[in-house]
Amino acid sequence: MNRIDQTFTQLGESGRKALIPFITAGDPTLAFTVETMHVLVEAGADVIELGVPFSDPMADGPVIQRASERALANKVNLRQVIDFVRQFRNTNQQTPVVLMGYLNPIECMGYEQFVSAAKDAGVDGVLTVDMPPEEAEDLSKRLQDADIACIFLLAPNSNSERVRKVSEIGRGYLYYVSLKGVTGASHLDLEEVERKIGQIRENTSLPIVVGFGVKDPETAASIGRVADGVVVGSALISRIESSLELTEPEIRQQITVLLASMREALDN
Amino acid sequence: MKFDFPDQRGHFGPYGGIFVAETLIPPIQELTEAYHRYMTDPGFMAELDADLQHYVGRPSPVYHAERWSRELGGAQIFLKREDLNHTGAHKINNTIGQALLAKRLGKPRVIAETGAGQHGVATATVAARMGLECVVYMGAKDIQRQALNVYRMKLLGATVVAVEAGSMTLKDALNEALRDWVTNVDNTFYIIGTVAGPHPYPVMVRDFQAVIGREARQQMLDMTGQLPDVLVACIGGGSNAIGLFHPFLEDSSVKILGVEAAGEGIETGRHSAALCAGKPGVLHGNRTYLLSDDDGEIIETHSISAGLDYPGVGPEHAWLKDIGRAEYVTVTDEEALGGFHALTRLEGIIPALESSHALAYAMKLAPKMSRDQTILINLSGRGDKDMHTVANLEGISF
Repeated sequence: MNRIDQTFTQLGESGRKALIPFITAGDPTLAFTVETMHVLVEAGADVIELGVPFSDPMADGPVIQRASERALANKVNLRQVIDFVRQFRNTNQQTPVVLMGYLNPIECMGYEQFVSAAKDAGVDGVLTVDMPPEEAEDLSKRLQDADIACIFLLAPNSNSERVRKVSEIGRGYLYYVSLKGVTGASHLDLEEVERKIGQIRENTSLPIVVGFGVKDPETAASIGRVADGVVVGSALISRIESSLELTEPEIRQQITVLLASMREALDN
Repeated sequence: MKFDFPDQRGHFGPYGGIFVAETLIPPIQELTEAYHRYMTDPGFMAELDADLQHYVGRPSPVYHAERWSRELGGAQIFLKREDLNHTGAHKINNTIGQALLAKRLGKPRVIAETGAGQHGVATATVAARMGLECVVYMGAKDIQRQALNVYRMKLLGATVVAVEAGSMTLKDALNEALRDWVTNVDNTFYIIGTVAGPHPYPVMVRDFQAVIGREARQQMLDMTGQLPDVLVACIGGGSNAIGLFHPFLEDSSVKILGVEAAGEGIETGRHSAALCAGKPGVLHGNRTYLLSDDDGEIIETHSISAGLDYPGVGPEHAWLKDIGRAEYVTVTDEEALGGFHALTRLEGIIPALESSHALAYAMKLAPKMSRDQTILINLSGRGDKDMHTVANLEGISF
C-alpha cells in the first residue's frame, strides 16, 4: 500500500486531518531542504509537498515565484529534488512525499527515467499543475504501475462531471484549489469551500485536501472541519522569505512555530 | 496528403493539446464550443468578413517587388502586404475575430500578452471599438524597446501592465496573462496573439489568420497564372506564417519556408530559434519545440525584433517540421537589418524587423532561383514601431 493511502487511512481511523506543508526544494539553499523536511514532520506534517522549481510557474503567485527563482539560482533540478527525497528516506520511512511542479522538467528527463528515479528514491505522489487528466494518460499509467500516486487538482468551477473524471484517474488525494487564482491569493471564501467540498464528496471516494490561500491557523481549522487535509504553502514560504537574514536553524524555528500552530488548530 | 489537423483535442501529431491548470479547463471548454459554433455560423462569419473589409482594409494587396527582384537577379518576389492593415500588421485579423467571440460569450473584459506591442495594439484597438475593458501584459524589457506601441495602447484606453518577472519579455507576459485569466475567469476573455497556447487557440488563431493565405493564393493565380514556387514568412510564435502557409499545405508544388530569428548567431546561444535549435517540451498550454536547458528550464531568448523573441513556437509548425511539409531556417539580427534596409531603399516600403527576417532569407534564396520562378513573402508588418531600435543601432536618438 502506498504511504499516502496508509496515512489517510490512519488519519481517518483516528479522526484527524492531514497537515500538508509545501516548500520549494532548494530554497533558500540546497542544504536547507532535507533537514527542514524532518523538522516539518516533527512539527506535525502528515504529508510533505516538495515543490520542483520551474522557470515559468504560471499557476503560482509572487511568493512561490520568488522561491522558485531562489532555488533555480542554486541550480536545483529535478534530479536533485529526487535526490533530496532519497536522503530524507534514509531516516524517514513513514511520511509520504509528493513532488509538485510543472510538466516540462519531467518531459525533459523522460517519463520512464523520471518514474524509475522517483520510485527508487521513495517518492509517493506526483502533482503536475499543468497536466490535466486529458493529457495525463501516459504518465499517470506509468506512475500507477510504480505505485506512485498521480494527484490532480480540482477548481471552484469544476462541475460534477469533471469531479468524476478527475477522481477516476487521480490517486492519493484530490487537491481542491480553494479559489480562482494563483497560489498565495487572499480571498478564500470558507462558505463556498464548504459547499464545494460537499459537492466533490458526492462524486469521489478519494480524500480531499484544500490548498491555495490557507494563511493562518483559523483558516486551517475551518477547512479541517470539512476537508480531509489542508495544504500550507505560500504562508510558510513567506516566513522563509522574511527570515533570509537569519541562520538556517532560526528559519526552521520560524516555520516550526507556524506549522505547529496550524497542527494545534487542526486537532482541536 | 490531407491536412485536417488538429484532432478533436487539439493535437497536431504529438504536439499541441491542453496543458493548463484545472481552473482553466471550464473556460477552455466554453471557448472551444463557441469556436466550433461560430466558425460555421453564417451571421458571425458575415460580421467578421464585413469588419475585415471595412475596418481592417482587406483584402490586402499582393505587390510585385520588381525593382528588388531585378537587383537580386533571380526569382520574382511578391509581397503580401499585411503591413497595410489597420494598426500596421497581421495581428488585427485575429483580434477582430476573438473580440467578436468575447462579445458573443458576454465577457466585458479582454486581456492580452504582447512582445513587440503589435498584438497589444491590435487588441486595444478592437477593445476600444467594442467598448471592452482591456489589460495588456508586456515584459518590462519590451516596454522599454517598444515605447511607441505602449503609448498607442494607452491612448486606446488599455491598461498596460509591466511584467518584471523572469526575463521580462514575451514569455513572462504570457505567464502573467495566464495568472490574470485564472483569477478573473468569469468575466475575462484571453485574446492570445499567436498560434500557441492551449487548444483551441492554435487552431482558432490559425483560422482567423488563414485569410492571408486564402487571399494571396487567389491573388497570385490572378497575377501570374500560377501558384508561387516558394512561400517565406518569419516565425516567432508563428501566426503570420501559418496564416500564409495553411491554405497552401495541400499544394505540394509549393515549397514552404519559415524563418526563425538566429539573433546574434545560433552558436552564441543568443537567439530565438525554437524549431531549428530547440527540442520538444511543454509550455504555455501546449507541447511544442522549446528552447530550454538540459533540466527543462526555459532559457532566455534574444532577437533584435521583440515579436520573435519567444522560446516556443506554435504546435502546428512543430508538426509541419517533423513531417517535412515545411522547412525552417534562420536569419541573424544583422541579416535581418540587411533585409530591412534593402526593401526600404529599393521599394520604398519600411518593413517591421520581424518581417525583415523573411525578406533577408528571400535575399539569399532569390539569386539561386530562375527569373521565371516566384517567391511570395508575407510582409507581416510595417516598421514604424522599429524606428527607435534601428536609429539606436546607428547611434541616433530622437
